[in-house]
Amino acid sequence: MEAAAITPTRGSLPRGSGPRFADPLLQGVLAAVAAGVLVLIGFFFVKLIVESQPAFSHTGVVDFVTSNDWVPSRGQYGALPLVFGTLLTSGLALVIGVPVAVASALYITELAPRRVRGPLTLLVELLAAVPSVVYGLWGIFFLAPKLLPAEKWFSSTFHFLPFVAGTVSIPNYFVASLILAIMIVPIVSAISREVMSTVPRDHKEAALALGATRWEMIRMAVLPYSRAGISGAAMLGLGRAIGETIAVTIVIGNAAAIGDNVFSQGYTLAAVIANEFGEAASDPVHRASLIAAGLLLFILTLGVNLVARYFVNRAESAGARRTPVGMAG
Amino acid sequence: MSATTLQGISVRRRATDRVARGVTLALTLLALVPLFLVLYYLLKEGLGAFSVHFFTTDPTGRFLGDPGGIRSAIVGTAIIVALATAIAVPLGIGVALYLVEYGRRSFFANTVRYFVDVMTGVPSVMFGLFIYIVLVVAHIGGTFAAWKGSVALALLMLPVVARSSEVVLNLVPNALRESALALGAPRWRVIFRVVLPTALPGLMTGSMLAIARAAGETAPLLFTVAFVNGISTDVGQQMNSLPLQIFNDVGQAQDRLVQRAWGAALTLVLMILFVTLIARLVQRRSGLQP
Repeated sequence: MEAAAITPTRGSLPRGSGPRFADPLLQGVLAAVAAGVLVLIGFFFVKLIVESQPAFSHTGVVDFVTSNDWVPSRGQYGALPLVFGTLLTSGLALVIGVPVAVASALYITELAPRRVRGPLTLLVELLAAVPSVVYGLWGIFFLAPKLLPAEKWFSSTFHFLPFVAGTVSIPNYFVASLILAIMIVPIVSAISREVMSTVPRDHKEAALALGATRWEMIRMAVLPYSRAGISGAAMLGLGRAIGETIAVTIVIGNAAAIGDNVFSQGYTLAAVIANEFGEAASDPVHRASLIAAGLLLFILTLGVNLVARYFVNRAESAGARRTPVGMAG
Repeated sequence: MSATTLQGISVRRRATDRVARGVTLALTLLALVPLFLVLYYLLKEGLGAFSVHFFTTDPTGRFLGDPGGIRSAIVGTAIIVALATAIAVPLGIGVALYLVEYGRRSFFANTVRYFVDVMTGVPSVMFGLFIYIVLVVAHIGGTFAAWKGSVALALLMLPVVARSSEVVLNLVPNALRESALALGAPRWRVIFRVVLPTALPGLMTGSMLAIARAAGETAPLLFTVAFVNGISTDVGQQMNSLPLQIFNDVGQAQDRLVQRAWGAALTLVLMILFVTLIARLVQRRSGLQP
């Protein structure tokens, strides 16, 4: 580089800096490690496709996703009840969790007194420190039994709503959704906070200077600016909810059929893998079907994450580009 | 509006503002309700299980009589997570070093960065399944083994370590790098003698947060380590661990085993909180704050 141009007497400089190849070597090794991440994800994908082949040749790709009978003992592998359970629980979790998470992010970044911001942030983050299996334990022995009367009341009072009337079991879709909602709050809240903190000060001060109340400032400056990022945060939460395994396995009841209401037992893609892989070890088709369920899960979460990251990265880099301008002005 | 007097904020707007503030506060507190409920029940049920016997004996696996404690689970979790850390931290910091010191904004570096982000969203059960396929089913070094669980956890930790390390390495002032380069130091020396020591506390914080996340994971271990009762320190063998112990006990409809699950859960959460706390303390002491 330039250093070479300004050292006319090369030999006279002490060369105690180690061998000449050290630099390219380090760069090569580090680049290889970085490339390893890409190779790994690619290898992972290929391996899943190859290993799930027996399932697809046994059941057929379309039938695997669309038929409604998962009965391993009879060699029937239709993953529709699993896909349904996954989408229902993660969708419900999103509906419950995202408003709470976004509200907490708004409160912490814009409304809370400065003294309590740190402690509140820490407490919300602690929700993520509780392991999945502990949420499951708490969910099945405390939450599910306590919720049962309320669920029964809701089911009989609002029986005219679709997918509500019917038998209420203790482990069910709704309890799983609620646990998932609790589990996605910290990540959705954290990313929303990051995105909201990139809103230029100018925009907020301009709104306040024009006489807006705090809430009007949030609606006019903060929310429009961070909308894309918050959508991304919600989608990252969705990805988490789709893939969450152990807590769901414990509280959903593991019944491989589409339940007749939201308070029925069900199953999800992730739960079936965790639950049945032991018995599947001796049956190649069953094992391949579980791996195929994994492939579906991988495609779902990867797709959701690819889109979510695009939104979040764009929101954050837009903030990073503008912040210096705002500070200079 | 008149030109000379400013109108006050109308009653309706003021009320809206107050309601909105109240609602966001209420929802924030609502988000924290489960945290307190979980912690309360953990303490209430878990402390009852604690005794010297609980920490010094292994699960017996017997259906009747003394169910035993969780010694083998604590030892197993410590070994599996330590090995996972030894794999994931150097690789994760390596990826971050490449991104910050060499790749910067190149297309390749941006692609890696993007996929590292995406990898943080891959469900933990998938890493377990992956290792199950490539190491367990393929019979590489036997079937279930502790080291395979460590590899699965390491895959989970890698993107977390890489991302947090990248943030910290970016905080190292460029003036430090430039002055070292100007003194004639080659790049690798700048990295090892200037960049890494400066960033060390931040790198440690990121790694410890990754440890805290991996220690509680059940799904990756389920397919790779498998559950056993007895104590073992051989990473080539099956090993017990706290998450698997809890998961196993939850599935048993016996009060004594559920009691042990609460005790094990409290132990696990305390271990995770301890690591998280240390991580935060290290972060507070470091000069580089995001």
